Amino acid sequence: MERQSNQEEVNMKRTVFLGALALSGLVAGAAAAATLDDVKARGKVNCGVTTGLVGFAAPDANGKWEGFDVAICRAVAAAIFGDQEKVEFVPTTGQTRFTALASGEVDLLARNTTNTFSRDVDLKFEFMPTNYYDGQGFMIPKALGVTSAKDLDGATVCIQTGTTTELNLADFFRANNISYEPVPIETNAEAQQQYLAGACDVYTTDASGLAATRATFENPGDHVILPEIISKEPLAPLVRHGDNDWGDLVRWTVYALIAAEEYGVTSENVKEMAASAGSNPEINRLLGTEGDLGAMLGLGKDWAVNAIAANGNYGEIFEANIGESTPIGLARGLNAQWTDGGLMYSPPFR
Amino acid sequence: MSDTHAQTAAYVRESMIGQSAPPTGQSGAIRWMRENLFSGVTNTILTLVSIYVIWVIVSHLFPWFANSIWRADSLTQCREIRDATVGADAPAACFAVIVDRWQQLVFGFYPQDKYWRPVLALVVFLAAIAPILFQSLPRKALWFSAAAPFLLFFLLWGGSVWLPVCVALGFVIGAVAYRLLVASAGTLTATLAAIVLPLLYWLFLAGPLDAALTAVAPVGLEYVQSKDFGGFTLSFIIGVAGIALSLPLGILLALGRQSHLFIIKMISVGFIEVIRGVPLIVWLFTASLLLNYFLPPGTNFDLMLRVIIMVTLFSAAYIAEVVRGGLAALPKGQYEGADSLGLDYWQSMRLVILPQALKISIPGIVNTFIGLFKDTTLVVFIGLLDPIGLTNAIRASTDWNGVYWELFIFVGLMFFIACFSMGRYSLFLEKKLQREHR
Repeated sequence: MERQSNQEEVNMKRTVFLGALALSGLVAGAAAAATLDDVKARGKVNCGVTTGLVGFAAPDANGKWEGFDVAICRAVAAAIFGDQEKVEFVPTTGQTRFTALASGEVDLLARNTTNTFSRDVDLKFEFMPTNYYDGQGFMIPKALGVTSAKDLDGATVCIQTGTTTELNLADFFRANNISYEPVPIETNAEAQQQYLAGACDVYTTDASGLAATRATFENPGDHVILPEIISKEPLAPLVRHGDNDWGDLVRWTVYALIAAEEYGVTSENVKEMAASAGSNPEINRLLGTEGDLGAMLGLGKDWAVNAIAANGNYGEIFEANIGESTPIGLARGLNAQWTDGGLMYSPPFR
Repeated sequence: MSDTHAQTAAYVRESMIGQSAPPTGQSGAIRWMRENLFSGVTNTILTLVSIYVIWVIVSHLFPWFANSIWRADSLTQCREIRDATVGADAPAACFAVIVDRWQQLVFGFYPQDKYWRPVLALVVFLAAIAPILFQSLPRKALWFSAAAPFLLFFLLWGGSVWLPVCVALGFVIGAVAYRLLVASAGTLTATLAAIVLPLLYWLFLAGPLDAALTAVAPVGLEYVQSKDFGGFTLSFIIGVAGIALSLPLGILLALGRQSHLFIIKMISVGFIEVIRGVPLIVWLFTASLLLNYFLPPGTNFDLMLRVIIMVTLFSAAYIAEVVRGGLAALPKGQYEGADSLGLDYWQSMRLVILPQALKISIPGIVNTFIGLFKDTTLVVFIGLLDPIGLTNAIRASTDWNGVYWELFIFVGLMFFIACFSMGRYSLFLEKKLQREHR
């Protein structure tokens, strides 16, 4: 899937960068400053999303964008303007996403992008807190009777070409000293068809993608996702290098959603809780009833209230778009709060 | 009849026997089948194999189409309906996705209360193209065709009515300048003036004039952003704009390549070879990615406009080569004949050379147009939501994830209708022109 890092694409991006930087590096640098001012002047946030990925971003029949990543964009818009509709969604492909961000076409990229070293350092982006911890998994028909990926010796595997999934797969099989036969495919849609037609025994991609794919099958119960997760894919929103104020704003908006879940602040009760200071000073500071953290970000006192009121806290967003009540049915797993054994951990608001 | 043979011949026929039908094996469908399908061992085997293949395809596809479901809210519901009506194992197409997302596939993200604008634009477009396509219609209607591009722009994008009016005025200025100067100052000066004056006008006068007129009489429609365009509306706009702009540009390039003026010739050759030598997808990436770095930051150079420009340039290079083929096919005598009549360059081209050269080039030109129209689907790679891009976006909703063939069949059918019509028109035109020739 496009969310995986892709070495070729990274190299291509770098070439484009070098060529372009030589000509317009200075100008581009100047553009990065004061994104918040630009956004306020424009009256809306330009947010890069995928052209369509189940659960993460998709337009509904009326053209309204919905999804897990979309909710992050809306929360940022709500934090700034108090109105989650003041956001312009720019569909980007795996090829165009980084250019769109680097050139200033979008202010923020929430496009299930894996946080990697080269993207952070070499492509000059700044990754925000991870909003979804993903990893590469395997799906097989139940009829095969396999319960562990280590029993997959000699299996044919449907794999998307040119992604890190390909490299992860090779590493995994070599480390376990077993063999496989790859069936290269281009897109997730093609993979679903090939897998169902029996062209391969196993389909491998990100676990969230596997769950979304399995949900579309006629008989999802006939297929199992194996317990092994063979790679780390921390998916996170990202912004450009060079405007730390804007980075702080997006970072702490994401943290506010995570913290809100930890403290039990939901879209239902946030207005009520923000009406007057409560007994928990951390919640008071988050909701602006005590101190003025919003002013430090260049926003109003109720920035976090608006962000949370838009689509709810992190847990609510998760449940509404990809959680167990949706057809995709992802369990929280690593994405649970740290108090529940997950990795979602917001620094203190003080 | 004589009695000469009365004793020697036992029977003499006295009248002709009426014609009787040929034996059943030698007539009608049976004979046709014998001659065409079963005329030998090899042919018989081939026929049987072909029939089997057709049967396999039809027997698999027909139930799928026959059981198709047109009313449902999601793929899951489609499957439930199918289970209830035809059974769980029966194949059934779920065309409900087309019904559910019909408006999105046609209009993209265009505001719903303004759907009448693209629809009206299509009507205007058809009305404007008719006099160009069919000579039997009154020639006066061509004036409407000339005004149509501005009207279409206004309908689709909206904004102030004065912007397209002010832009159109530039063309009027050019035409008037040419008329006034051609008698007194000669063709070259008049041509130059017809190019330079409108350019100056657009650069310096059109903007303030538009602003002033808008301030005085703010008439207009609500502005619709380019990024709201999608689906077939997007494909048609890119395709039609590309076709309409690339034909004149291509003809000019073809003439430029034949020109005796060295610089013009070199520019034309260089342009054609460079554009033609690089794949369209690379030009599209250039338009969407590289330009962002080269343009000053903050410039909002409309992505759709960039794509239209790239598609136009690309197809113009091909048209130029097709037209050059037509020009090369004309005997030298035609050029010399036109010169000997005392016609200047543009007159001889317009009256003698191009009508003949274009007629020869029609199949090639239409071929290029069909290719261009289908190539508009490549914009999916730069994140524009054309019909193919929308199939992906529609699949990305939890309702319709898992639907494939229904969407692709629909998109394919729409493209087939458009391209097949173009092909038929080209045949019609060829036949008509051939008749005139004789």
